[in-house]
Amino acid sequence: MTKQLIKGNTAVAEAALRAGLEAYFGYPITPQTELLEHLSARMPELGRPFVQAESELGAINMVYGAACTGKRVMTSSSSPGVSLMMEGLSYIAGTEVPMVLVDVVRGGPGLGNIAPAQGDYNQIVHGGGHGDYRMIVLAPASVQEAVDLTALAFDLTEKYRTITTIMMDGSIGQMMEPAELPPFQPLKEEVPDWAVRGAKNGEKHLLTSINLDAPAQEVMNVRLMTRWEEIEANEVRWKGYYLDDAEYVVVGFGTAGRISLSAVRAAREQGIKVGLLRPITLAPFPAEILNELTEKVKAFLVVEMNAGQMLEDVRLVVRGRKPVEFFGRMGGVVPFPDEVLTEIKRLATEPLTTEGHPRDRWLARLRETLG
Amino acid sequence: MPAKGYIEVNELYCKACQLCVTDCPHDVLALDMDHLTPKGYHPAHMVNPEACTGCGICAVVCPDAAITVYRYDRQKAEA
Amino acid sequence: MTLADVPTKVVYSRPESLDDRVTHYCPGCTHGIAHRLVAEVLDEMGIVENTIGVASVGCSVFSYNYFNVDFVEAAHGRAPAMATGIKRVYPDHFVFTYQGDGDLASIGMGEIVGAASRGEKITVIFLNNANYGMTGGQMAPTTLPGQKTTSSPTGRDVNRQGYPIQTAELLSTLEGASYVVRRSLHNSREVRRAKQAIRTAFEVQKAGLGFSLVELLSTCPTNWAMTPVEAREWVEERMIPVYPLGDYKVSAAVAALKK
Repeated sequence: MTKQLIKGNTAVAEAALRAGLEAYFGYPITPQTELLEHLSARMPELGRPFVQAESELGAINMVYGAACTGKRVMTSSSSPGVSLMMEGLSYIAGTEVPMVLVDVVRGGPGLGNIAPAQGDYNQIVHGGGHGDYRMIVLAPASVQEAVDLTALAFDLTEKYRTITTIMMDGSIGQMMEPAELPPFQPLKEEVPDWAVRGAKNGEKHLLTSINLDAPAQEVMNVRLMTRWEEIEANEVRWKGYYLDDAEYVVVGFGTAGRISLSAVRAAREQGIKVGLLRPITLAPFPAEILNELTEKVKAFLVVEMNAGQMLEDVRLVVRGRKPVEFFGRMGGVVPFPDEVLTEIKRLATEPLTTEGHPRDRWLARLRETLG
Repeated sequence: MPAKGYIEVNELYCKACQLCVTDCPHDVLALDMDHLTPKGYHPAHMVNPEACTGCGICAVVCPDAAITVYRYDRQKAEA
Repeated sequence: MTLADVPTKVVYSRPESLDDRVTHYCPGCTHGIAHRLVAEVLDEMGIVENTIGVASVGCSVFSYNYFNVDFVEAAHGRAPAMATGIKRVYPDHFVFTYQGDGDLASIGMGEIVGAASRGEKITVIFLNNANYGMTGGQMAPTTLPGQKTTSSPTGRDVNRQGYPIQTAELLSTLEGASYVVRRSLHNSREVRRAKQAIRTAFEVQKAGLGFSLVELLSTCPTNWAMTPVEAREWVEERMIPVYPLGDYKVSAAVAALKK
């Protein structure tokens, strides 16, 4: 199939359609509105339900209802809207029904701005809504990758009855790149056993997340955790660049990972043996490869567009065995490759430590930069 | 006047709310103070069965769908 | 001939689609009547196997245990949104929500107005008992001025705590709402009329004519601190003047249907 120049949001929308999206419920919010707008035209063309809800709160609950029928459903939003959806996500997780969420992340907190950021990592990767549950989180770094991960998202959510979130930086949603869209998949014909569809022959289907009996709730919680163990064992995805002989490894996802790649290449040209680990699944976290690298490398540099959120997950795996440094820009500011290159060079030339917290050192440097 | 109907109260459901007792137009019903249901209520029962017309008002107001209402089909009987 | 020899016919019996379970509702609580009426309508229309109910949060949080019908449980206030999701993917099924006054008129106000204004082809059964029952009798949007509740202990003060919301009137202003009526469950005559309204509401859905809602004035003997019989009188004397019974919105298409 040929590539077309296409905007990230539009590409994800179209990819979802082709992956057999049966119903979409959403609400406008920058920088993801193009996704909703594209589907507002395409879904009716294909005779599939589309509703612009009264709010993100309405949207996630419409998704919840439709998800209970076992059909492929999706919603999309951006950081403040996703915050509104947290209640619904917890309920959906508690009911163990599948759905895909697209979070196109913008600067925050609060109303913030519409510039790209990665400040939703904690909200999305560590659950967000109340209670003990996890979501599978995919972090594309290009429009093509976002397209490819969309079909995967639907397959994963159905396989594990676990919410799958595509967390894209605002930049990925907004930028236009050449991408190849997949062919159309037919809509599913069968629904899973648990789905509500009418109590034929006295067989009733009930979907609820309530468990007044605490021990019974605990059994359910154990089930979720067992399922998560399976996901951790089977669904980790990451991409490595120049890792074989790397003395230093940059860890970054999404746009931060992509920018870091430019910096890593520039550093290599200057003779620094640096590589990049770019997680594609943030949950399950690529702990194994990170652990392997910890034994081999001299130090890590975590690069994010937030105040150091994935940083903590990296530090947990590294466990103080090697220095972990941090570089971030916040509030919708996107770092340039040369800023990351400066950090890589600092890693390679200055003394490093496992003492203290890298965030403190970074913040001090950032304050100086900002003047 | 012979009864035109009769009712049965399923005591598993009856919570002695007395809506049926109050609403019966012919004062057929009362709570059975000599008997307790498994849940500890005094269930409604007919104390004036001969006055029952099988109108069904008791069943209409029962919040627990505890009442079944029957009407005698005398025409059928006499046929 | 003794009575024992006379054949009988059943005039009234427990509806089939009502589960065998004993409900947790208080003695005299009109939730039970509303459940029974919905079950009767589903049985009479023969749509039990094609119906999906959306339970809400309140005393009726376990309503899904009491109907032999597929059910989902919504978060507080979100039932109309969940129902929208289900009805949009299953337009040929009957989808209804069962909600109390806190769920629908407070936290769920956005969702119910959204669903009604979009003309979602769902049926909403709305129980109004002027308080938040499940959580112990707090003030609700439907609490009457001067009414004492656990969060308006000296009586609802309209200066500080505002006025009740008349939901049927409010929703009737929306073009998307096709059938919005208020009935009561406080005596047998009104219960029969309520059943007719519930039947009409489901017929509206069957004919694809848009959003239908039946508001049912209900008792809460426990939180009103009254006997079930006294509570019904309170509905008649105090609630009906604030929430008059009637048909607030009957679209032309629905009116034609009823003829």
